[in-house]
Amino acid sequence: MTEEIKNSNWKLRKGRIIDSKQMTAAEKWFDIQLEDSALDYEPGQFVQVELFGVGEAPISICSSPTKRGSFELTVRAAGRLTKAMHALDKGAWLGIRGPFGKPFPVRLMTGNDLLFVAGGLGIAPLRSLINYVMANRREFGKVDILLGCKTPADMLFGDEIATWQKRMDINFSCTVDRSAPDWHGNVGLITSLIPGVSINPQKTFAVVVGPPVMYKFVIAELLKKGIPERQIILSLERHMKCGMGKCGHCQIDHPKNYYCCKDGPTFTYEEVKDAKKL
Amino acid sequence: MNYHILNKDGLDGFIKELSKQMKVYAPVSRGHGNFAFEEVSSGAQVALKYIPTILPPKKYLMPQRETMLEFDIKGERPEDTALLEAEEIALFGVHTCDLAGIQCLNMVFSERPRDYNYLLRKEKVFIIGLECNAYCDEHASCALVGNQLPNGGYDLFFTELGERFIIHVNTQKGEDLLEGMGLPKALPADISELARAREGKKSVFKNEIGVEPGKLPEIFEKAMNSKVWEELGKRCISCGNCTNVCPTCYCFDMADTVNLDLKTGVRTRTWDSCQFETFAAVSGGENFRPERAARQRHRFYRKFKFSPDKFYRFFCTGCGRCTRTCMAKINLKETLRALAAESK
Repeated sequence: MTEEIKNSNWKLRKGRIIDSKQMTAAEKWFDIQLEDSALDYEPGQFVQVELFGVGEAPISICSSPTKRGSFELTVRAAGRLTKAMHALDKGAWLGIRGPFGKPFPVRLMTGNDLLFVAGGLGIAPLRSLINYVMANRREFGKVDILLGCKTPADMLFGDEIATWQKRMDINFSCTVDRSAPDWHGNVGLITSLIPGVSINPQKTFAVVVGPPVMYKFVIAELLKKGIPERQIILSLERHMKCGMGKCGHCQIDHPKNYYCCKDGPTFTYEEVKDAKKL
Repeated sequence: MNYHILNKDGLDGFIKELSKQMKVYAPVSRGHGNFAFEEVSSGAQVALKYIPTILPPKKYLMPQRETMLEFDIKGERPEDTALLEAEEIALFGVHTCDLAGIQCLNMVFSERPRDYNYLLRKEKVFIIGLECNAYCDEHASCALVGNQLPNGGYDLFFTELGERFIIHVNTQKGEDLLEGMGLPKALPADISELARAREGKKSVFKNEIGVEPGKLPEIFEKAMNSKVWEELGKRCISCGNCTNVCPTCYCFDMADTVNLDLKTGVRTRTWDSCQFETFAAVSGGENFRPERAARQRHRFYRKFKFSPDKFYRFFCTGCGRCTRTCMAKINLKETLRALAAESK
């Protein structure tokens, strides 16, 4: 006996790619418009992308909700779904569920200085917040952005970053692990940029997004600066298969067993400092 | 509180009558001391004395594999329909540990965002419990978690009193069924006899590990780095049997399957296990729980720490299935005792 479930949370919203661009060898950018209504999201949230017949994967939203009408994803070809997604361009249909997850605490952050630390693909979810802050710039104090990539060729959002470098209302620094002939900037780990930033610790929120290996070292530097643990915000990576706090795949090894998809992916360092892995 | 009486020789008639109304699933013997919930149509097929079945009745509420969506990509725009494949069924003879397991699943899937596949299917399941008057075997730990007695979760509940069953009616649906069959109401003397039987159980069912259940979350709070996990990790073979047979394990995987026409297909949900090596792996190459010790620790935390924090109850029902099925002889009661000893 089969019946239809009209209000199923598994049913997918339908959206179309309205623009796309290969950003680096591994990463492609997509602008997506839903057919029913605009996605109602906040910086730091993610969606589940379904390609019917291939499957589903969780992807961070990299645009700011202040951009209306469509939302953007930057996707690294890493797994089955993301590799298939790289073959798609303007006009292609997708299934979308979400948005899911706890956003960055943007309201708590108002009236504070902001320090953004992004490593590699971590710039994607952080760009959602950075562009949100840019659009509401006067609500915040000093803004510093530190970006680290493996090589200059791995840098995402290059055109946009060029405009950040020119803006007078933010301080932007960038470093690469390995240089290239046309690179004239910093070479070294992202932790090397932190001591140079002047920080008023009690009035600063640091937001750190990058690969798991980066967190330990960056957080140690931020704690040295005296930033309170609950003002260090992270966005953690896990396989968020359902997005609804049920399938179990994204649970974090911590006495509180957070579900990354529902309790996170954004956490304060205070919340997750006892995790076995960040 | 309403009770009815069914003589044991009337059980066959009861099952036959019930199976005219809906499919009836009950524990049946599968030989070698094993039991399984299977479809029955007569009382003789039902095993009234049974140790917990190989798989718990969760298989009827959350099938091992279920279709969640049907999709069609023939046209330019993909189409999908969310589906429920379920029929009215009755479960007969569900022990109190398994009733508790179903109640745990009910909490999980009714939490928002709700899982309507589970919730709508649950509405179609009529549940008849059966009391254990003695321990099923040495692996049970139902008294530790307070599941040796019924705590709701059923339409009807059978307790054996000599040559009769006294049936507690918990829902109007249950009352209507018994009224329809013309079963007599229990007399005050029957109800007193039930109370005496329950009193007698107090000397039979006792905390099986000698550790206060209220202390367990505290013990786990401090056990993240316990040596006990290393010991379990050395023995575990990551087969996933412990989670498959657990009445409260509900972790799952989702996958698309395309039909031969390459234009239509289904999206299915399948049981998964946190004991599998790739369970916490991500496509980028990171595996957040690659060690067996960490995966075993995770299983125990799900039962004794995460669940009391979040749902105010253990997600261990004391059924003992994980211990019975483990090929590496990982024993739940021994593990809890070892953790308690270490925390002293």
